[in-house]
Amino acid sequence: MAGATVASAATLHLPHIDYLSILPVLIMMGGAVLVVVVSSMTRRALGTSASTALSVLTGVAALVAALFQWHSVTTHGAKVTIAGAVVLDGFSVLVQVTVAVAVILSAMVADGYLKREGVDGPEFHALALLSASGAMVMGSANDLIVVFLGLEILSIALYVLTAMNHKRAESGEAALKYFVLGGFSSAIFVYGIALTYGATGSTNLPQIADYLARNVVADNGVLLAGMALLLVGFGFKVAAVPFHMWSPDVYQGAPSPVTGFMAAVAKAGAFAAVLRIFVSSLSTVRTDWQPVVTGLAVLTLVVGAAIALAQRDVKRMLAYSSINHAGFILLGLEAADPRGVSASLYYLFAYTVMVIGTFAVVTVMARDGDNGHDLEDYRGLARRQPLLALALAVLLLAQAGAPFTTGFLAKLQVVSAVVAVHGYVLAAIAMLSAAIAVFFYLRLAVVMYSPTGSVADPVPAAAGGDGEEGGGGTGAVTELLTFDRGSDAVPGLAVLTGAPPLDDVAERRVTVPVLTRAAIVISVAVTVVFGIVPAPLVDFAHRATLLFH
Amino acid sequence: MLHLTFLIFLLPLAGFAVQVLLGRRMGDPLAGAVATTFVGASFVVGVLVFFALLGVHAPVRSFTQVLWTWLPVGGLHVNLGFTADPLSMTMVLFVTGISTLIHLYSISYMKGDPDYPKFFLYLNLFVASMLILVLGNNLLVTFVGWEGVGTCSYWLISFWFHRDSAASAGKKAFVYNRIGDAGFLLAMFLTFQSVGSLDYSTIFARLGQVSPGTITAIALLLFVGAVGKSAQIPLFPWLADAMEGPTPVSALIHAATMVTAGVYLMCRVNPLLHASGAASLTIAIVGAATAFVAATIACAQSDIKKVLAYSTVSQLGYMFLAVGTGAYEAALFLMIAHAFFKGLLFLGAGSVIHGLHDEQDLKRMGNLRRYMKVTFYTFAVAWLAIAGVPPLSGFWAKGDVLDNAFARYPALWVVGLAAALLTAYYLSRLVALAFFGDDRWRTDNRPAGHGHDGSEPHESPWPMKVPLVILAILALAGGALSFPWYGSGTLLRWVDPVFGANLYDAHQSVGLQWGLAITDSAVAIVGVVLGFALWRKVTERPALENAFLRRSWYLNELYDSVIGRPGARLAAFTASTVEGGIIDGAVNGIASAVRRGGGLVRRAQTGYVRNYALGIVLGVVVIFGFMLTRVWWS
Repeated sequence: MAGATVASAATLHLPHIDYLSILPVLIMMGGAVLVVVVSSMTRRALGTSASTALSVLTGVAALVAALFQWHSVTTHGAKVTIAGAVVLDGFSVLVQVTVAVAVILSAMVADGYLKREGVDGPEFHALALLSASGAMVMGSANDLIVVFLGLEILSIALYVLTAMNHKRAESGEAALKYFVLGGFSSAIFVYGIALTYGATGSTNLPQIADYLARNVVADNGVLLAGMALLLVGFGFKVAAVPFHMWSPDVYQGAPSPVTGFMAAVAKAGAFAAVLRIFVSSLSTVRTDWQPVVTGLAVLTLVVGAAIALAQRDVKRMLAYSSINHAGFILLGLEAADPRGVSASLYYLFAYTVMVIGTFAVVTVMARDGDNGHDLEDYRGLARRQPLLALALAVLLLAQAGAPFTTGFLAKLQVVSAVVAVHGYVLAAIAMLSAAIAVFFYLRLAVVMYSPTGSVADPVPAAAGGDGEEGGGGTGAVTELLTFDRGSDAVPGLAVLTGAPPLDDVAERRVTVPVLTRAAIVISVAVTVVFGIVPAPLVDFAHRATLLFH
Repeated sequence: MLHLTFLIFLLPLAGFAVQVLLGRRMGDPLAGAVATTFVGASFVVGVLVFFALLGVHAPVRSFTQVLWTWLPVGGLHVNLGFTADPLSMTMVLFVTGISTLIHLYSISYMKGDPDYPKFFLYLNLFVASMLILVLGNNLLVTFVGWEGVGTCSYWLISFWFHRDSAASAGKKAFVYNRIGDAGFLLAMFLTFQSVGSLDYSTIFARLGQVSPGTITAIALLLFVGAVGKSAQIPLFPWLADAMEGPTPVSALIHAATMVTAGVYLMCRVNPLLHASGAASLTIAIVGAATAFVAATIACAQSDIKKVLAYSTVSQLGYMFLAVGTGAYEAALFLMIAHAFFKGLLFLGAGSVIHGLHDEQDLKRMGNLRRYMKVTFYTFAVAWLAIAGVPPLSGFWAKGDVLDNAFARYPALWVVGLAAALLTAYYLSRLVALAFFGDDRWRTDNRPAGHGHDGSEPHESPWPMKVPLVILAILALAGGALSFPWYGSGTLLRWVDPVFGANLYDAHQSVGLQWGLAITDSAVAIVGVVLGFALWRKVTERPALENAFLRRSWYLNELYDSVIGRPGARLAAFTASTVEGGIIDGAVNGIASAVRRGGGLVRRAQTGYVRNYALGIVLGVVVIFGFMLTRVWWS
């Protein structure tokens, strides 16, 4: 008997593993391995197409797995598994779905880009799948350590992806910045975990919640500092002001499909984790952290929208627009109730689809070398390629929150969630920032639909440099369009591979690869169809609740 | 069959989509033919649904089709739902029917226009919006259609936007309509606040718990919307300017369908009006006054389309008089009859304008009956119908309205009768000037490049003539929809279940009915004779065309001096002082703050990692500082 006890104590107790709860993660990781293996066995020419196909299939498989999870959650209820480290609930399922959709769309967009730029496909896809698995882990993590694990899996792959286009100096530069700052913020985040552990005695989210519910922390300085550092770490990942400064440089420098992927997946993962941690574990001390979130939200909303106005580089503008969106998603965190959580989740899904679609158009608009992201490059697009312009216009309007799109419902829900908890001022600020944001979305739309005229306008395409805009143009709009161009140009990013002659700009038709076209069509369709028939998706988000709250 | 209801508006919407995608490629005249087909198909579906509805037992003759929950946010649940009941199907049938005819007419009227496909694109979208308006089962869906038709109306009025007058007429219509829309919106807010739903059935079911004052407020606010859309006093001047649009547009939107949306809305919310006597009386007074004022103005216009425009305003006034009286069925009867004869008058006018190469001045027409036979005979039918000469449709419809007014508000009946006299008079004047007298178009010297070039006016091609003939038959025999001796068996009586006890019934003796009918006929004939006698040979009678009437009671000038110029002064004041000083200051302040901030951000946004890291650290310090205050205070 005694011997048996000793033996059993010596054996490693493996926790029971419910594979279904981590199935999408496993599929993603398996897909990544498969991509590497298959591509090393095929000829190089086949590499990109084969790995794209594998990547899309992996995404679809993960999506199907997520639907099985949904079935399990709705029939058997949510549960905690794998020694309390992972949770399977409606919330985690919707995060998996969002990430899987992001993977599928991004892979389709990336295919054409990789071939055009001559970048190796398998590496890209393998890294994207790994990164996505990290975001999925964050969505179902039930323990701060697991959150951190997911965060690092997500981030490290993203650093490399950013550097993927070795022909562009900006790409490498952006990756280096992202890496250094990302490391910095990870350190802050880990410190936050440590302090929270110190204050509550656990890294397990329900246990933290339990502890806080049962004990009144008298001297809670350690916990407060821990929460502050956790918020900073997440603030960096979701590019909340003032931790956003990396994002314009990185969004601009990264290969365009990566930018779309990053905007969607990094936000989804980080917001999923922050929502779960703060709403389910730290909700008893919400009066301590809510003011910080309010401050972050206000700054993020206002700065994101205001600075975007001054941008002439479309990718940079979208970077600031993405900051503005992050402010909106923070509103759901601020509400800190089931309604806010589901509103934020809905927003994340809607944003994922819109932003990848938008960057898909940006990707094809860039000429070889991934340059040509100046506003002027979009002038007259509606004449040259009406459908492409229409698609981008719809996506931009959706991002601006126009009715009959998911973007409208997303904004409506987060704002009404924050109104429901009497955050009237915050709601008003959010709507004002949305009004400002409309301006820069519409500006791009107007440029697309205005004639190519004023050829005299000596616009050096994609010039990052400062210097006054040369004349030419049609009154007020042009004045607005030329406002402060290049005001926050980045030294070191202005390395250009030579701007093409002007006539070329006017006459240029870009080719849209079939897969990219499909991705754009899907994005637009999802955005519009769920905008007109909102109930299914809204219901999904409403039922995608946290297990603990 | 009833489940096809959604197709009624979806078909024109599909037509719109097809035009958007392929319109330019199809071009002239295929685009027009395709657009006409979609609307015609919608009419056919409408007929099928109509017969299916007839098969349903009368008291429950209503079918609601909820496509999906549209806005499931918070306490507001709005369904994208559509109701087929006798009221909405009556509207559907006449809207799609008339629309099909006018689409057909437009195929050849718009021939050669550089924006030919665009015209049909707007027209299809208009029909779809109008059908959404009519079929919607809640205020919000109706409002979507309401805004849709308003927008299409704006686009179509300013269709030839290169003409300044057309562009500003579109703007004017838009602004006047916005005033009405504001009323509609406020009514919706108030309804949602007091009832908690926007569905018509729910609103009507819960009327008991709403205070009478609120009901009156909602009814009057909705009426403000109707006043804007249906061009009643004081918001009618836009309709005259709206004649800048192509003539088929005037016929379809600004005579037959869109402008009746206000009347439809009032009929739809009849329980509200029934519950509020004050609102009903207001509507009746506004209607009667509009009928009279607009008729006087029509007497002095010399632009053929302006006469018809004011005539439309006047007839819409009759419909509101009927609504205010509670005689909704009479309002619908006149609405349908009016769609027939006014649509016909406009199409006939279009044919005349077409034949004379864009001449619209009555004083430069004359004797056209010799040159445009089909146009003349069909026009004559419409003329006698609207004048109220028995036994044409107008006689029965207008008689129905006036009889009810006589029983409930005798004073308003007098006003209505006076307007009827004027109606017969000004249309006879129009006919006398255009179709009789001398060939004034031949001798007149015109501005170069405008008007008729001296060759004889020509009759229009068949796609324009067919609708004329069909509408003439309808205008002639439209009275059959509701002959008084049918009692409760008339065709139109099938809408009665919608109104139920809210319907006003005059219960007049047969002798009184005869007396009223004879009075109406006498008035009509006097008006016709008078108009003809005065204008058969003479083209200028300054006393009858004095500036007061010609310039529509100086209403435009009044608005200009009361609202326009003070508004402009206010605008100037705000532009110079408020804008220059305060707002510009603020904007410049914000702009320079953004610039400075941008400068700061730019300085911060150095591109150097160390500065970015510093930013993060500063953020951490600030948050720590805040957290410290929490520690100290707790």
